Amino acid sequence: MVATPISEWQAFIAFLALVITASLIAKIEITTLLKRAVIEVPFILFAILMPFFGTGEKFSVGPLDLYRAGLLAGASIVAKGTLGVLCAVLLSTTTTARELLRGLERLRLPIVMVQIASFMLRYINVISDEMQRMKVARESRGFEATGIKHWKILATSAAALFIRSYERGERVHLAMLSRGFDGNLPQSELRRVGVNVWLKALSISIIALLISILTQVIG
Amino acid sequence: MTTAPSLVITNLAFAYPDGNQALYGVNLIVNQGERVALLGPNGAGKTTLVLHMNGIHPAMQGEISIAGQIVDAKDKEALKRIRSKVGIVFQDPDDQLFMPTVGEDIAFGPYNMGKRGAELDAIVDQALAQVGMSEFKDRPPHHLSFGQRRRIAVATVLAMKPEILVMDEPSSNLDPASRRELADILRALDVTIVMVTHDLPYAYELCERAVILSGGIIVADSSTESILKNADLLASHRLELPVGFSLS
Repeated sequence: MVATPISEWQAFIAFLALVITASLIAKIEITTLLKRAVIEVPFILFAILMPFFGTGEKFSVGPLDLYRAGLLAGASIVAKGTLGVLCAVLLSTTTTARELLRGLERLRLPIVMVQIASFMLRYINVISDEMQRMKVARESRGFEATGIKHWKILATSAAALFIRSYERGERVHLAMLSRGFDGNLPQSELRRVGVNVWLKALSISIIALLISILTQVIG
Repeated sequence: MTTAPSLVITNLAFAYPDGNQALYGVNLIVNQGERVALLGPNGAGKTTLVLHMNGIHPAMQGEISIAGQIVDAKDKEALKRIRSKVGIVFQDPDDQLFMPTVGEDIAFGPYNMGKRGAELDAIVDQALAQVGMSEFKDRPPHHLSFGQRRRIAVATVLAMKPEILVMDEPSSNLDPASRRELADILRALDVTIVMVTHDLPYAYELCERAVILSGGIIVADSSTESILKNADLLASHRLELPVGFSLS
């Protein structure tokens, strides 16, 4: 998809259809998909500006003078970016964080990074709860962060949270040692999956690849 | 198989690196199958003592042995065996449950002991059943209530088939029902238990014997009932029964 040049615009329509079909099969509402894709908006704004700045061939659309190269580059970013974000949203909506980590492990991401990510996943709630409780405690004593003059207090809270988390880390380590930890976390055991599952999982990528090749051959 | 006491502590002393001395010569013997309450005010050195039992703190002076085997913090291999025999349940279950799911967390200890595959699965299932939480195997710990997390924390050490279960404040932060459920689970276990607490009624409910650790030494060692009836003894070590509670 990324390798397909933007001039082969038919391919991108096919890609979009593919993503939508996949989300329909996965029973994800298109609105959910779009809502989660809103994160992309700031990047699109950049791309929209591109046709107005550039060099080379110019042409007019109504009152606007646009650069051809800029327009193509902008369109390319919008199309590829949107499709990329939609795919990512599709993945994160259908797959739990736990399974994603397991996948990364199998893709040979260094084990230390997978472990860090999985500890983060486990403790992010604990720490954000703690942060929330500190906020409630501050506000219960009449504190409301309104401006720069309150940054000092917020910074102290952040420091306290950091130290608490650090100490928790030490306690967790003690608990790990007590259960015989010697530096290696258990590797998750591989689950065997059938050919069917593989085919289903690969179907999207294969179709996308075919579209890409096809348009280049035809075009 | 062994008739040696589960825990023998002889003349144990310990000072923190900053010079703060926590233990001044502790002597304690806990026999197999006993349930002993380790009572004491805050700062008496209870947690420090617990961390000696599996060699996290090396003994500076004196000696500890678990089921006849001396805890030597320098011998890594022996330490591994000791740690499989001493199951410590820490006070905050969030410190103890660090894996993404309950099942994986319980598997952590036995995995480190070299268990794999179907054997590991069987151990996990059994430990979950012992604390009545079988249906929670694939749940992440942060979705559970505090009482449930405490029970899972107990299961994580039961999975290591410990000779002795050491619990730091097992009843803290539990609502009355969770408290009773945990007591039922502990009573049903066929394992030596040392329970660090200042919840005196809970100690009375579960342990036939109690010791008081105060100022870094054991100052009393007797039946829980006689210790709790001795109001002067309790008061001199900052311990008190809750208002309205009396031993009949």
